[in-house]
Amino acid sequence: MRPMLVSILLLGSLLTGCKREQRVFDPGAAGSQPANGTVLSEVAAGQQPPKGNQPNPIAESAYAVAEGKRFYQAYNCVGCHANGGGAIGPALMDSEWIYGSSLEQIHSTIVQGRPNGMPSYAGKIPDYQVWEIAAYVRSMSGQLPSDVAPSRSDHMPMVVPEQSRPQEHPGAEHPQPVVSEPSR
Amino acid sequence: MKSTGSRTLWLVLFGILGFWFMLGCHKQSSSTSASTGGSIHPYTAEMEKDDGQWVRATKDFANTRYSSLSQITAQNVAQLRVSWTFATTVPHGQEAAPIVANNTMYLATPWPNVLYALDLTKPGAPLKWKYEPHPSPAAKGEACCDWVTRGAVFDNGKLFFNTLDGYTIALNADTGEQLWRTHLADLNNGETITMAPMVVRNHVFVGNSGGEFGVRGWLAALDTSSGKLAWKAYSTGPDNEVLIGSRFHPYYATDKGSDLGVKTWPPDAWRIGGGTVWGFLSYDPQLNLIYYGTANPGPWNPEVRPGDNKWTAGMFARDPDTGEAVWFYQMSPHDLFDWDGINEDVLVDLPWQGQLRKVLLRPDRNGHVYVIDRATGQVLSANPFAYTNTTTGVDLRTGALQRIPDKAPRTGQVVRNICPDAPGAKDWQPSSFSPQTGLLYIPHQNMCMDEEGTEVSYIAGTPYVGSSVQYYAGPGGHMGELTAWDPIAGKAVWTIKDKYPIWSGTVTTAGGLVFFGTMDGWFKAADAKTGNILWQFKTDSGIIGQPVSYRGPDGKQYIAILSGIGGWPGSIVAGQLDTRDGTAANGWGKALPNIRNEVTAGGTLYVFSLP
Repeated sequence: MRPMLVSILLLGSLLTGCKREQRVFDPGAAGSQPANGTVLSEVAAGQQPPKGNQPNPIAESAYAVAEGKRFYQAYNCVGCHANGGGAIGPALMDSEWIYGSSLEQIHSTIVQGRPNGMPSYAGKIPDYQVWEIAAYVRSMSGQLPSDVAPSRSDHMPMVVPEQSRPQEHPGAEHPQPVVSEPSR
Repeated sequence: MKSTGSRTLWLVLFGILGFWFMLGCHKQSSSTSASTGGSIHPYTAEMEKDDGQWVRATKDFANTRYSSLSQITAQNVAQLRVSWTFATTVPHGQEAAPIVANNTMYLATPWPNVLYALDLTKPGAPLKWKYEPHPSPAAKGEACCDWVTRGAVFDNGKLFFNTLDGYTIALNADTGEQLWRTHLADLNNGETITMAPMVVRNHVFVGNSGGEFGVRGWLAALDTSSGKLAWKAYSTGPDNEVLIGSRFHPYYATDKGSDLGVKTWPPDAWRIGGGTVWGFLSYDPQLNLIYYGTANPGPWNPEVRPGDNKWTAGMFARDPDTGEAVWFYQMSPHDLFDWDGINEDVLVDLPWQGQLRKVLLRPDRNGHVYVIDRATGQVLSANPFAYTNTTTGVDLRTGALQRIPDKAPRTGQVVRNICPDAPGAKDWQPSSFSPQTGLLYIPHQNMCMDEEGTEVSYIAGTPYVGSSVQYYAGPGGHMGELTAWDPIAGKAVWTIKDKYPIWSGTVTTAGGLVFFGTMDGWFKAADAKTGNILWQFKTDSGIIGQPVSYRGPDGKQYIAILSGIGGWPGSIVAGQLDTRDGTAANGWGKALPNIRNEVTAGGTLYVFSLP
């Protein structure tokens, strides 16, 4: 019995040992497999500025944004971010964007969640609804054209309608207007 | 054209005049907001002996927060000055009481819940050790009202405290070495822990938070030496899980019957019905009962949960050894306004209609100070200590809170001028009792709100509220009050008003003083008899903590307070919220539009003494 047990253990250790020594010698040309994902930083290594806020039909559709506002309530976003002023989570109507203010960044924040309290909605909301919520979130800080952003609501007045909000200037986009150029 | 223009002008003028009159009327009604006419009756019944330490948040089992130290008096308090300070480095709401035991001070910080031990025997009280529990950062998104903790408790060489992500931890109080760590609350369901634990004999008591996330409330008892669960009593559900059995004898008929924690809810709603336990506990050694309150039912929108919603927004008396419920009383049945019943119960023996009664004093979120027989649960009196237009008192025969139906929230409709508001006449901030005056010193709010009920979905781990709210100052225009309350007459003796809610606790001392802090950073001492402010000091942030008084190794009396704005209203500063939205911080945006321009975040301990 005993020698058998020893040999099984030996065989087991050999098997795991095999994997340990395995390596991939030719992963392919580096340029053929860049690592991609939603970019959160304004600075890109190698000076290739990330493309943010590509034209997106959802952010240009008043209907889609109005739907986003409805889902913002239905999925309890309002419970943490209030009507833009924030509560448990940060404000969404100001110029501070911890994880990025672009449509893609907001979309990935909703889907992935964020480590400091934002729960992940992965697998819970249809993708098109996430895009609609993301577009609505951008309207909260005045990032959408006024004919796309929601106007007055039928509920208790608590905040200026999205349509009439001044456009905030998130650090990574729409930089504050430069008032003086350095002299040459 | 011209005549139309002047007519418009007249209309506008008339409108302004009319509005002005209405404001005037509103103001006039404020003079009746608080009853006065109470008086001072020195308290002669026995109190727990004061050893000069401060081993638990509530000071003693009776929850008096009274220090018998008398070096600092009304005569010399003007000379009070900072003795030393300590930076917690956590710029969020500092709601913890500094704990003092064996010449060491213990500070529990908001998330990341660092525990600091400071050596009081050395000049400047240097750091002795620190313990970092590394709680999950995800907890910050599951806590309704900033990342607070209400502190630790010292017992028999051990220190117990809770982390926001749901653990109770026991440390060796001398070395900071971890003795055990028990997981109690599930973040994925929105449960957190913010309360200060309490120890009776071999049990440490811990309850959960998460009333805004559709959790099911409970109080747990853990064995102090092993951390193993001894019992757990839920606040909703079937009797065997609420630990209601043969010893349960509530005073009022509405609390009698089987499985009311199921039957007073729509089917299965009790599973996500709230009734969390995040306030302070009291203990009566003679009766061998612990007392604590249960928080609001969930969601806030009351229309989706018809029924009394037992056993939420009420209070339990339980056997600390077995957890068995002995009696229950529901202050706010079928709560309409987020009126958590978690307020403290101060245990005193009062002369009542010719005989000495064992009672508890409970300044409740619904605006009444209850005097309750603590053996039976009978309400002896319930008088309003703050302005209210939502209730007309308590029927002492049935125990029922009498409501004004017009003020009930409705889905899709705005109900205006609801007083008090959702944070209530008084939120978590604990009062104190002085035997010298026989008065209860109640820090509280004077606020009203507009509310619209909304549809709400239950999604585990996300808020379950269903209500849009905006708060504002009540009659008189000030949001905070400190009321000295005569519990026998059921009337106020004096009231101090403050611009902001007084969100700090109070401590009373044998020097005839009451200490409290304000959200704009002032730490103040008032004359316990008159309410005159005798001394004040501006700290670096806003104060929402629990002041304490202790005797140092040098024999001197010290007063300690943590400064650091946060908590529910102060999360506007700590969380950098945007008050252009009146519903920011779940309704505080409208009330505190400029507070970020007046107060900055902080987290500093201040310790004061005479020169």
